[in-house]
Amino acid sequence: MMEKMIFGRYVPAQSLIHRMDPRSKLVIIFLFVCIVFIANNSLTYGLLAIYTLVMISLSKVPFRFIISGLKPVLWLVLFTLLLHLFLTKEGELLFQAGWFSIYEEGLRQGIFISLRFFLLILMTSILTLTTTPIEITDGLENLLHPLNKVKFPVHELALMMSISLRFIPTLMQETDKIMKAQTARGVDFSSGPIKDRVKAIIPLLIPLFVNSFKRAEELATAMEARGYRGGEGRTKYRQLSWGIKDTSMLVFLGILTALLVLFRT
Amino acid sequence: MSKEKLVQLDNISFQYALETGFALRNVSFDIYEGEWLALVGHNGSGKSTLAKLLNGLHFPQEGSIKVNGMLLTEESVWEIRKKIGMVFQNPDNQFVGTTVKDDVAFGLENNGIVREEMLERVKYSLEKVKMAQFLDQEPHHLSGGQKQRVAIAGVIALRPSIIILDEATSMLDPRGREEVLETVRELKENHHMTVISITHDLEEAVKADRIIVMNKGELYREGSPKEIFQLDEELVQLSLDIPFPVKLSKLLKEQGVSLSRHFLSEEELVAELWTSHYKK
Amino acid sequence: MDISLQKVEYRYQAKTPFERLAIKDVSINIPSGTFLAIIGHTGSGKSTVLQHLNALLKPTAGKVVIGDKEVTADKKQKNLKEVRQKVGIVFQFPEHQLFEETVEKDICFGPMNFGVTMEEAQRRAKVAIKQVGLSEEILSKSPFDLSGGQMRRVAIAGVLAMEPDVIVLDEPTAGLDPRGRKEIMDMFHALHIERKLSTVLVTHSMEDASKYADHIVIMQNGEVYKKGTPEEIFTSPEDLMQLGLDVPEVVRFQQKIEETFHIKFSQTCLTVEMLTKEIASLLKGGGQK
Repeated sequence: MMEKMIFGRYVPAQSLIHRMDPRSKLVIIFLFVCIVFIANNSLTYGLLAIYTLVMISLSKVPFRFIISGLKPVLWLVLFTLLLHLFLTKEGELLFQAGWFSIYEEGLRQGIFISLRFFLLILMTSILTLTTTPIEITDGLENLLHPLNKVKFPVHELALMMSISLRFIPTLMQETDKIMKAQTARGVDFSSGPIKDRVKAIIPLLIPLFVNSFKRAEELATAMEARGYRGGEGRTKYRQLSWGIKDTSMLVFLGILTALLVLFRT
Repeated sequence: MSKEKLVQLDNISFQYALETGFALRNVSFDIYEGEWLALVGHNGSGKSTLAKLLNGLHFPQEGSIKVNGMLLTEESVWEIRKKIGMVFQNPDNQFVGTTVKDDVAFGLENNGIVREEMLERVKYSLEKVKMAQFLDQEPHHLSGGQKQRVAIAGVIALRPSIIILDEATSMLDPRGREEVLETVRELKENHHMTVISITHDLEEAVKADRIIVMNKGELYREGSPKEIFQLDEELVQLSLDIPFPVKLSKLLKEQGVSLSRHFLSEEELVAELWTSHYKK
Repeated sequence: MDISLQKVEYRYQAKTPFERLAIKDVSINIPSGTFLAIIGHTGSGKSTVLQHLNALLKPTAGKVVIGDKEVTADKKQKNLKEVRQKVGIVFQFPEHQLFEETVEKDICFGPMNFGVTMEEAQRRAKVAIKQVGLSEEILSKSPFDLSGGQMRRVAIAGVLAMEPDVIVLDEPTAGLDPRGRKEIMDMFHALHIERKLSTVLVTHSMEDASKYADHIVIMQNGEVYKKGTPEEIFTSPEDLMQLGLDVPEVVRFQQKIEETFHIKFSQTCLTVEMLTKEIASLLKGGGQK
């Protein structure tokens, strides 16, 4: 069951995007989320789409892989489109059948907004497809570092994130194992009335919690035995390195922003 | 014996919070430099508690522990942890890093080792445990034995003088167990590591230099494998097992085959049977 | 109840980029009343085989026949519950599946899922808890207050209370001390003898396999490498050693004697007692020379 989740799973490769500093990728995504809202006509949306496509091709992640991973989210995009089709009643009437009608403005808005939504999802999935979760964590820790001054526990947060990432596969395996053990004891997880299925979750969740607490305790002991005592005085093994490619990618995004501002109406 | 005393335990008693009864009572013994000491006993005999005391994960209510002559206290504990590395039972629950190399580096980061040296030590220790080709591997792709070897690499990267194996092989399959023991044996031989292994695996205990048998929180017996395994039925009473060659020697004697002693290794027993009984 | 696997193949995550072949062309017969041991390294496919025994996994090719039920790749299966009641599985570290407030409730959980009344389930719990060597007082305790070894026994009791016709054991003694290991295995063996309970033991331990099983299947790289009675399997220990598998100490010792003495025993000894007798008579004969 768990195995089928492909959305956002890291795909190892040696592309330009893969080799970029996670900090620059995070900054670019953040800025992209902002500049998407500048676009308001076909030309500017077209520019955004081209930019996204260039990014995808640079990442060397097979396109069908991205699409198959996006399937669950596509419904949301489609839903956005339909919502606008039905609810916006401005501009010329394009189509009418009984109570159901589509207006020009509704179609335009629907397409633009779902495209905006779609591009955002594409860009963020390029981030997660080309960056290991731990790189993202490191990038975030580094970007958020200034917050240390206001006593924000950046190191602890990053450590928590990296440990959670480390244990996700372990917990998935464990969930699978307990599910099978309870299925063998007659629990039916996949059919029957909703009420029974909700009840079936209890024999899964309780062992999972109990085991996780035990894990956490043992892990804490092991960490202490290995000399962990908080972020102070710690050195770092993984290093981030900002290169020319990172600067150029940011410049590239700057040019896109300028074009968007220039061509918006 | 003129061997250096590396660790001295003096009259240790320990009780867990919220629990009645002592987990350890009046335990005293020394650990010598360069030896392989096996701590055996049934589940709940106090052997794992002992390991946690040595590493300062708990402090005894009574008695004292000295490592290299240094008294183990809340102040000295971090210094001492650098000297004593621990490998725990569950391979998963001690793997902190998201990849093999990150995990080995974890202890080094904690101790503020500069990055250049870290790179070197990570590489060196992974080579020592024959895991160098798995540098970037994620833990869920590794077998139990491989994870334990990474844990050992994490320990030796800190260059300790003692390594404690707290039932480190009990969750592994035979192949994993052999991999781990082989690695530790190599470290002991070539790097003069002192090994304390807490175990109920007989093959592990038979090959130790010295065995300490724990029972109900007390030190029951101390001696060489030969001495300990002569105890025979007493061991079974303590819920331990007897090595196969000893068992066989005993049965052969009952059948009227005279043997000079009980044998611990199969080779020795075969040789004795061959020379003193057959080849005439 | 008989179980048979016929040319079973299983692929994990079939038709995705992560597809992986776990077992192929596996045919195993488990007639009612057998004690079968499945042996192999981690990753040899033995756990995958185990999950086919009560239809937790459906083969991607071939078929599994459990009693009168056939499980194949393309058939939609209904009423798997019936199969699951008849084939109880004790997974590795079964104590991880405990969840109820009391031991009694946890043991009753399985039987009640299969439609047994509360009274009947409680009666079975009392029987099962004694079978696993614990006292009745423990029934009212919380499973999480017990020791690791006791939790293991409670979890096993939970499977026994389902009153299955076949019991499947996945490394049931992993992590226990020697006495615990022996007690648990002796208990399963006694159940097998007294109740003619078919038993499938998945294990790394050649000692246990040779001691308890009357048939052994050896898995290697997802295929059945060898099957037969313990005598047949251990008559050529060299094959097993070549695969990096252990052989029982008795067999290994016999082999050493045979090599040193340049002789061949008339049979493969599977117990220390048998081997002692053989050696004793050999030495007496040898001494006369």
